[in-house]
This record gives sequence, C-alpha cells and structure tokens, in this order.
Amino acid sequence: MDLFSNLALGFATAASPENLLFCLIGVLLGTLIGVLPGIGATATIAMLLPITFQLEPVSSLIMLAGIYYGAQYGGSTTAILINMPGESSSAVTAIDGYQMARKGRAGAALSIAALGSFFAGTVSTFLVAIFALPLTALALKFGAAEYFSLMIVGLVSSIALAHGSIVKALAMVALGLLLGLVGTDIYTGTPRFTLGIREYADGLNFVAVAVGVFGVAEILRNLEGEKTRTLLMAKVSGLLPTRDDFKQMMWPVIRGTGIGSALGILPGGGAILAAFASYTVEKRLSKHPEEFGHGAIAGVAGPESANNAGAQTSFIPLLTLGIPANPVMALMVGAMIIQGIVPGPNVASEQPALFWGIIASMWIGNLMLVVLNLPLIGLWVKLLTIPYYVLFPIIMAFCSIGVYSVNSNVYDLYAVAFFGLAGYALVKLRCEPAPLLLGFVLGPLLEENLRRAMILSRGDATTFVTRPISAFLLLIALAVLVVVFLPSVKKKREAVFTEED
Amino acid sequence: MKSLSFDTTNALCGALFIGLGGFFIYQCFSLDLGTAFKMGPGYFPLVLALILTLLGIVILVQSTRVEGEPIGPVAWRGMLFILPAPIFFGLTVRGLGFVPSLFFTALIACFASQKMKPLTAIALSVALTIFSVAVFSYALGLPFERFGPWVRM
Repeated sequence: MDLFSNLALGFATAASPENLLFCLIGVLLGTLIGVLPGIGATATIAMLLPITFQLEPVSSLIMLAGIYYGAQYGGSTTAILINMPGESSSAVTAIDGYQMARKGRAGAALSIAALGSFFAGTVSTFLVAIFALPLTALALKFGAAEYFSLMIVGLVSSIALAHGSIVKALAMVALGLLLGLVGTDIYTGTPRFTLGIREYADGLNFVAVAVGVFGVAEILRNLEGEKTRTLLMAKVSGLLPTRDDFKQMMWPVIRGTGIGSALGILPGGGAILAAFASYTVEKRLSKHPEEFGHGAIAGVAGPESANNAGAQTSFIPLLTLGIPANPVMALMVGAMIIQGIVPGPNVASEQPALFWGIIASMWIGNLMLVVLNLPLIGLWVKLLTIPYYVLFPIIMAFCSIGVYSVNSNVYDLYAVAFFGLAGYALVKLRCEPAPLLLGFVLGPLLEENLRRAMILSRGDATTFVTRPISAFLLLIALAVLVVVFLPSVKKKREAVFTEED
Repeated sequence: MKSLSFDTTNALCGALFIGLGGFFIYQCFSLDLGTAFKMGPGYFPLVLALILTLLGIVILVQSTRVEGEPIGPVAWRGMLFILPAPIFFGLTVRGLGFVPSLFFTALIACFASQKMKPLTAIALSVALTIFSVAVFSYALGLPFERFGPWVRM
C-alpha cells in the first residue's frame, strides 16, 4: 500500500528528535496564544515566520502548523473558563462550555473538548493523507485557465464565509488583489503603484501586511475598551468525564468531525464555520434541545471536534494545489516560499519527506496536545490572569523584530504601521480583513495565470468556459455567489454571524 | 440631515473604497494597458480598480437607505502610541542598534494603555529587551547590530 509506506516515511520524518522538539514548541506556543485572548494564530505565525528562515524547511512548517492547531485547543480553554473565545473558532464552545463551568463541571468540559479535538484530529489527519495523492494527480492536469478559475472559487468562498456585508467583502477582495499587485510587473518590469519608493519594487511584504492588518489592528481594537477579565475559577477539578458523558459526546464528536472535515477544505474561514454548523446540527438532532445554552455536552463536543477537524483539513488545498484556504494557510505559503519551496502539486512528488512529514506531525502534535494540555491546565489558567496591558507591548516588540528580520527592510516596518492603521479603520467600518489578505496573496498568481491563459488562447476569453475543469470550477463559484445572495440564505447567514458576536 | 437617515459607517466605507479605487485608476493611466490578448501591466489592475470603485458606489448608495449602528469608541490613545512604535524601530534600528531601539519601541508601546504605570513600563521594556537579545540575537543569531553607530563613541 502506497498510503502506508508514505505515512511510514512521514512518521519517520516527524519523529526525529529535532522535529519532535519543534512540533512541541509549536503546539505549546499555539496553546499559549490560543489561551490568551487578543492574539490569534494569524498574527503569531506572521511574527514567527521570519525566524523560521533559520530552521530546516520541515521543522519550520511542522512548528507553524503546530501553532495553528494548538491554538484551536487553547482557544477552547479560554472559552470555557472565562466565556470569551481565545480564538474566533471557539466562540461557539463558549456558549455551552461556560455554562458547564458555572455548574462546576469545568474539568469535564475541558476534557471533553480535548478528547473530541483529539479524535477529530486523528480522523482528519488520515483524511488529509488519503485525499492528498488523488487531488495532487488532478492538480497536475491544471493549466493556467484552471488555476485562474480555482482561485476565483477560493476568493468567492472566502466572501461567503466572511462576516457582514457581502458587497463589502467583495470590495475587500478587490482591494486585496490590487495591493498584491504593488511592485514590479513580471512581464514588462514596469514598477506599479510603488509611489516612486524603490524599496517597494519587490511588492509589499506579505508579513508586514499580515502583521499590520491582523496583529496591530487587533491590539488597537482591544485597547478601545479596556476591561478586566474575570476568571471563573482558579482551580479546575474533576477532569475525567463520567461514563454518561462519554455516551453523550460520542455521536456529536463523530458528526462534528465529519462536518469539520468537509467544511475545512472549503476556502474561507473553515474552522469557524465548521464549529457553527456543528452546533446547529447538534441542536437540531438533540432529544433535549432546551439543554443547549445551559451546558449541553453535545454543544461542547460537536463544535470542538468540528473546528479541529476543519483546521486540519484546510491543509488539503494548500498541500495539493498550493492554494491557501484561509489567512493562516496563506502564511504557510509564505513560509514555504521563504524556504525555497514552491507550494503546489509538485511538493508531494519532489519532497515526499516534507509533505508526509507535515501530515504525520499533525497527528503527533494532536497527541502531544491531549497529553500535555490536561495536566498543564493549571498553568494555562494562571496565564489568563496576565493583564492585557503587559501583553501588547511584548506583541508590538516581537512584531517589529519579526517583520524587520524578513529582509532587513525598514520600509516594511512603515508598512506595518500603515496597514495597522488601515486594518483598524476597515474593522471600524465593519469590513472583514480575511478576504483582503487572501486577495493580497492570490493577486499576483491570479494575474499571472489570467495573462498566461489569455496568451495561450490568443486573446479568446471563452477559454475559461470551454475547458471542462475550468468551466466546472467557475460554475461552483457562480453557484456559491448566487446562494449567498439568495434572500433566505442571506438572512440565515446574518443570524449565524450575529450569534457569534 | 434631519429627515434623511443614513448609515455613517457604510457611507464612510463606500467613500473610502471609491477614493482608493480612484487612486488606483489614476495610477493605471500611466501604465501600458495592452490588449486582452497581450495584457499590459495596467490591464488587470484597471479592471480591479473599476470593480472596487463600483462596489464603493453600491455601498454608498445602500448606506442612504438604512440607519446603522454608530462606529463606537475609537482607540485614539492606542493609535497615538502603538502605530509609532514600529516606525520608531524602523528609523533607529540601524543607527542606535538593536538593544536601545527595541527598548524604546517597547516603552512607546507601553503607554498606549491607561493602566500602565511608568515604573512597570520601564521594568517590562528592560525585561523584554534582555529576553529578545538573548533569544533573537544570541540564540537564533539574527544579524542585528546590538549597538549602532549613534551610540558608539
């Protein structure tokens, strides 16, 4: 079996002492920032990205991936204990998890979340392994037109999954694409939109934009109304769920894993949407829907499994097609490029150790998380007592160091300040930053493939609809767009996102 | 605007997108557009900028129909101290060197919160600088000059 020999190679790579260490650092860091509200995985990975330049490619990607799914675990701790999502994807967990904690069952809620996540992580790691090769084979058939259409699907889905107004999200994509085009035109060498600043000839630095839009803007938002957090309990006891708890969590976990795995592949906010979808399904299927919102076990187990599965499977489009499904994956693209790896279908065949190593490390990382997190819960709880005003100067300092060390360009630091301001202004104007960042990453790729496809077809735009795969992809994009504009869906979508706030 | 109720947030947002779109359109005029067959550097950006402007107009028009929530509190103090921090780091990291530059960057950022006391701020900045120098400069070996030409005698 190819799958097993590949997985064996992956585990051999991921289990080397060095990679185990970086996996551990990654998941610990991820849990840390997941626990702390106010810094997300996106900003942390953006900050650490330049530092990974010093590491081996496999180690650095394993660590960054660990931060991402570690944050999903950590986020649920905060959600359960202080009714505040440490990560946006654990917002749903806060609803029932916090109620469980108020009833004195915080320990059980934390264990259910961790065990559910571990189960989901295990299943979805295997899904990634199973789907990786067939999708890679399909991707190798892709020409410029197909890539263009695929990216359109990605951008359109990111709009569908963004909060708030669809028109605004579309505008954010357009703006992101335009910002991505800043720099030298690849075909003619003409500088574009650089305002005569030579330092921007290579384009705006992706890390600077991400840190500004996600890190700095988030800090500013948190500084608006400084509140002191109230911790529900300093000591968490009774970690082990009862036999009855296990019975109640089994099916929600399985369903959550399925939902999460399916939705994680979709470009956009995979993990977040997965958690909401799972919560809705569990509430619908439950024999006691009235328990939801008052500490239902299914309301913790389902969404927690779903968001972890979603986080995991969102690696599929990245690893097979080289197309990022969300801002974190976009940063992973950045990390791969820093290491000289061109993300895309060729990674699996050219760098099998790297490819399968990352997949195997996800399972190892999940195991570490479940083993470490439950005993360490006391430590994480202590961390929650650190006041925010101590945290953000630290974040700002690390942001500055991180961005500067990418290529020692001081203009990148000015870009951080500028995009911090811009990001904050856009948040205040109720615009979602995720589509902007996705557009920013895909901008140059989209243009390049569009121009190449047009040259290949001798200026005939029908090439996008006459090639079957491309036509099919565009049809999906169109369908998504039509669906989100349907009045009934629009209303439901608004309802889902208001529930989150 | 007594009788006409409109959503200030969305009006501003629409205006912003129109402005940005206009800026990019204006910039595109100096670029070669080319044809659909052989697109020049200005073709794709111009299309995008036109879309952006159009969406801005849609948002602006929509904003006159409904009344929205107000923008809410703005973190003026935060902006005043957070945004200059990376700029300061950029201006001084080569001249002052990594150590003093980072110390002042952290110190500036500290004052963004009303709750921070001066002594805590200094203590935090010192600790942060020591930690960063140990990790980034010594352990990871990032090529920073610890003390730059401005502070060397």
